[in-house]
Amino acid sequence: MNTMDKYISTVVKSVPPSGIRKFFDLVTQTKGVISLGVGEPDFVTPWHIREECFYSLEKGYTMYTSNHGLLELREEIAAYMKRSIGVEYEPQDEVLVTVGVSEAVDLALRTLLEPGDEVLVPEPSFVAYGAGSSLAYGKPVSVPTFAADEYRLKPEHLEKCITPKSKILILAYPNNPTGGIMDREDLEALTDIIIKNDLIVISDEIYSELTYDNKHISIASLPGMKDRTVLLNGFSKAFAMTGWRIGYACGHPDIIGAMTKIHQYTIMCAPIMGQKAAIEALRNGDTERKKMLESYNCRRKIILSGLKEIGLECFEPRGAFYCFPSIDSSGMNSEDFCEKLLVEEQVAVVPGNAFGSIGEGFIRCCYAASINNIENAIEKMGNFLTRHRSV
Amino acid sequence: MELKKKILGLIEHDAKLNPKTIAVMLDEDETVVRETLKLLEKESYILGYNTIINWEKFGEDGVTAMIEVKVAPEREVGFHNVADRICRFPEVRSVYLMSGTYDLSVVVCGKTMKDISKFVSQKLSTLDQVQSTVTHFILKTYKQENFIFEEPEEDKRLVVSP
Repeated sequence: MNTMDKYISTVVKSVPPSGIRKFFDLVTQTKGVISLGVGEPDFVTPWHIREECFYSLEKGYTMYTSNHGLLELREEIAAYMKRSIGVEYEPQDEVLVTVGVSEAVDLALRTLLEPGDEVLVPEPSFVAYGAGSSLAYGKPVSVPTFAADEYRLKPEHLEKCITPKSKILILAYPNNPTGGIMDREDLEALTDIIIKNDLIVISDEIYSELTYDNKHISIASLPGMKDRTVLLNGFSKAFAMTGWRIGYACGHPDIIGAMTKIHQYTIMCAPIMGQKAAIEALRNGDTERKKMLESYNCRRKIILSGLKEIGLECFEPRGAFYCFPSIDSSGMNSEDFCEKLLVEEQVAVVPGNAFGSIGEGFIRCCYAASINNIENAIEKMGNFLTRHRSV
Repeated sequence: MELKKKILGLIEHDAKLNPKTIAVMLDEDETVVRETLKLLEKESYILGYNTIINWEKFGEDGVTAMIEVKVAPEREVGFHNVADRICRFPEVRSVYLMSGTYDLSVVVCGKTMKDISKFVSQKLSTLDQVQSTVTHFILKTYKQENFIFEEPEEDKRLVVSP
């Protein structure tokens, strides 16, 4: 076959394929896998939300919505923002409904970046921010975070990475893959630096409802930060609605307006079925959401105690549904560890370096799995470690 | 009391959760959980542990009936005495006092319809307080005690995702 490589844009070529993709191919070839490798809830979307979608279809809601999304949904989102993080947004021009938070990340980056601008990405981090920055002709700059700090972004580490080209700071807390969170004082410690360096924050708060000790604090709620923050959130994690692809962005009308411009030419609008379901989730979804949270919390404790028992050191994650133990004691690197664990014990976890090079030496275990599967996976990992440590 | 409730909340839908796991989930000591469970059994908060079985899989599903029973209440004890008597028959699964057009709802299990009609005609209807009965046979179980009887839904998620 002729190579068409020369036709591919250099920017796209410069972006490496997701490290998870490679591992995914390997996992799908293995049979009988217990997976702690997923990045989504193990619940199906609550029935009342699904049912609302059926009803909307029966009623004939199959058309485009406004580019911004249904006003009814934007009003619910604004009300939810007020009650959950205490920030008021105007539904008319400060809220944009997107196809998942992924689209919102892309829109925000493309809206804000000039070629060569730098995007500060605390790592380990979800895979999209760096790639998204490059695709928007920006330059991702990794800011390290450490287990010893419970993966909080520390001002001293941030400051070291700032240059005159720095424009955006990504904050993604509660964090995937570490489960780390930022408390109010952690955020307060950053605001002076952000303002002094005239940075804009893209705050991806998709796991905001999944915190286990303290309520989630948004940086947008701190003095002087609302206009500087593009707040992104969605329905995937809190309401187990990953496949619906409904997210949203809240922020200053100038920024939301500019993001809407890209959105209207590339996407037009998020699917109406998902928007209708999302309205139901915000209106009546709290009971189910809390039940799911409680269930994650039980499983968080089980996996932490299990990891401790088999001798994998792990800081206590306070948010999301991941833990990020160190595999130092195994003497293997992340990829070897995950491949061998998969082949020998049929347990899938994700190598930490898929989330940035600083994740090397760690693995991501998702505990949105049944208690039975968590306990079995831990036992198998225990056997694996015993075997390899004694070699 | 809080701990008792929390433990019951966890095992209500999964009696197989072991004390060690419960202890981890509740940040409690395993011995404390074991002792609380013993106490809950002793004080009859926990009456027993059943298993929800889909006998249809063996093709020998037996027969279950829900019987509406009208009862003449008795002075001072109301429905209590007759309900208590009905409870003692081993073929009776559950007995509820109901609001509405009848008084007691009695769930009865047997091997055949004949077993059940025999029970109704010879044992239940012949009780002095029982005025009338209406027997409904269960044709198929779709859901029982929170468990759906269809094949469990498989995990449809991708095995690895970011």
